[in-house]
Amino acid sequence: MQTIWRTLRTAAWLGWQIESNWTDPFLFTVYSIAKPIASVLILILMYKVVARADFGHPMFAYLYLGNAFYIYVGAVLTGISQVLIIDREEYGVLKYFYIAPIPPEVYLVGRGMARMATGTIAVAITLLFGVLAFGLPLRPSAAGAGVFLLAMALGMLAMIGMGVGLAGATLLAARHVWVIGEAVAGALYLFCGAVFPLEVLPPFLRPLGYGLPSPTGWRASAGRCWAPPPSVSPPLPDGRTPSCWAR
Amino acid sequence: MSREAVILFLRTMIARAYPRIVGQNREPSWVLIDVGLPLLGTSAYVFIYRALQAPEAYIGFVILGGAMTAFWLNVLWSMSSQLYWEKESGNLPLFIIAPGPMMGILAGMALGGMLATTLRALVIVLAGSLLFGVRYAPADPLALIGTFLLTLLALYGLGMLLASLFLMWGREAWHLSNLLQEPIYLLSGFYFPIRALGFWVGALASLIPLTLGLDAMRQLLFPQAASGLFPVGVEIAGLVALSGIFLLAAHQALNTMEQLARREGRLTERRR
Repeated sequence: MQTIWRTLRTAAWLGWQIESNWTDPFLFTVYSIAKPIASVLILILMYKVVARADFGHPMFAYLYLGNAFYIYVGAVLTGISQVLIIDREEYGVLKYFYIAPIPPEVYLVGRGMARMATGTIAVAITLLFGVLAFGLPLRPSAAGAGVFLLAMALGMLAMIGMGVGLAGATLLAARHVWVIGEAVAGALYLFCGAVFPLEVLPPFLRPLGYGLPSPTGWRASAGRCWAPPPSVSPPLPDGRTPSCWAR
Repeated sequence: MSREAVILFLRTMIARAYPRIVGQNREPSWVLIDVGLPLLGTSAYVFIYRALQAPEAYIGFVILGGAMTAFWLNVLWSMSSQLYWEKESGNLPLFIIAPGPMMGILAGMALGGMLATTLRALVIVLAGSLLFGVRYAPADPLALIGTFLLTLLALYGLGMLLASLFLMWGREAWHLSNLLQEPIYLLSGFYFPIRALGFWVGALASLIPLTLGLDAMRQLLFPQAASGLFPVGVEIAGLVALSGIFLLAAHQALNTMEQLARREGRLTERRR
C-alpha cells in the first residue's frame, strides 16, 4: 500500500511539473484559459446564430455543460494514453520505468492525475465563464451534490480505466501513436452525445452511443445535478420544436 | 536575383516538397487519421446544427470549415513547428550549411504541405458532403478556385513566418501549436459564419488568412445563405495583401534568426 501511495504521489508530482513548468506562469494561465474558453465559445456562437441568443434556455445549459465536462474525457484519455509514448520517445526513460519496482498502472494513473488537475482548472474556468458571461442557470443542491460527486467519481474511474487500456494499446501500435487517445476521445465526443442528444444520430449509430455508458451517463448525471432539465421548447427562429427536445 | 539563384531556389523548394508528397503515398494509413479524425469532429458539429434544426447550408459551412482545419493543423504542426522539429532531429544545421536558401526550404515545406493537405481536405469535403447530403451552388467557380489558392498562399506565408518565430521560442513551440488550435477555430469562424463574432472582432480576426478565405469561399459556394463580413472582392484583395505581408515578414524573420545566431551563437532559447 505504501508503494502504491508513494508511486501515485511521485508520478502525480512529475506529471504536474511536466504539464506546468514549460513556460512562465502568465503564459501558462493564458494557455489554461484560452483553450477551454475558445472551445466553448465556438459552441456558443453556433447556438447564437441559430437560436438567436436565448442563453436562458435549458438547451443552452445542456450544450454548455456537456462541453465543459467533456474536457475531462479528453484530458484524462489523452493524458494517460500518451504517458508511455512521451516517456519512451521524448525523455527516453521507459526502460527505467520498466525495471523500477513500482506498479505500472499506478504510475500511469499518477501521471494522469496531473492532466486531471489541469482539466479541473479548465472545467472550473469554463463553468465560471458560463455563469458570469451568459448567466448559465446552475442550481447546485445538497441532494444533487451527492449524485454529482458519485457520478464524477465513477466517470473518472471509467476514464482512468480506458486511459490505462489505451496506454497499453498505444505502446503496441506501430504508427500514429500520438493521436490514438485523441481519436478515441473524438469518437466519444461524437457517439456519446456530449453536446447533442443521441436521438440526433442516425438510428444505426444510436446503439453505439448507448453502448458506451460511462461518458453518456456521467454527462447526464453531472448535467442534471447542475442545471434544470429542459422544460420548454427550444428557441428556434421559426418556432419549430426539434423532436429530440420536445417533452 | 541571378538566374542561378532562381534555379537553386526552385531546386531547393522541389527537393524539400518531394518527401512530403512521396511520404504520403508511402504511408496510406494517413487516411484513417488525417481524414477520419477531422471528420469525427466535423460530424459532431454537424449533429449540433441538426439538433438545433439549423438551415442546411450551415452543414455545408461546417464541412468546409472541417476541411480547412486540415490546412491550419498542417500549418501549425508541419510548418510553424517544423524548424523546431528539425533542430530536435539534427537536420537544422544541415539545412543551414546547405547551399540552398532557407526561404527555398520553407517554400518547399509549404508547397509539399499544401499539395498533400489539399488531397486530405478534398477527401474530407467529399466524404462529409456525401455523408450529410450537402449541396453546393458555386456562383463563380473561377473566383472560388482563385480565393482558395490565395488563402493557401497567405496561410502558408503565415506558416513560414511562424516557423522562424517558433524556433526562437524553443520548447514552448509544442504548447504554442496546441494553444493556437481552438482560438483560431473560433476567430476564423471554422464552424459558424464569421459575422456572428461582430463586425469589429471579425475585422480584426481577418488578419488570419483563413478568416477571409473561409468567408469568401462560403459566399461563393452558398450565395443564398452566406452573408459575408465583407464583399468577396474586398476579401480577395485582403488575401492578396496578407500574402505579400506574410511572405516578406517570413523573409525578414529568417534574416533576424540568422543574425541572432551569428551575433549570439544561439538560435532557440530566449532565456540564458
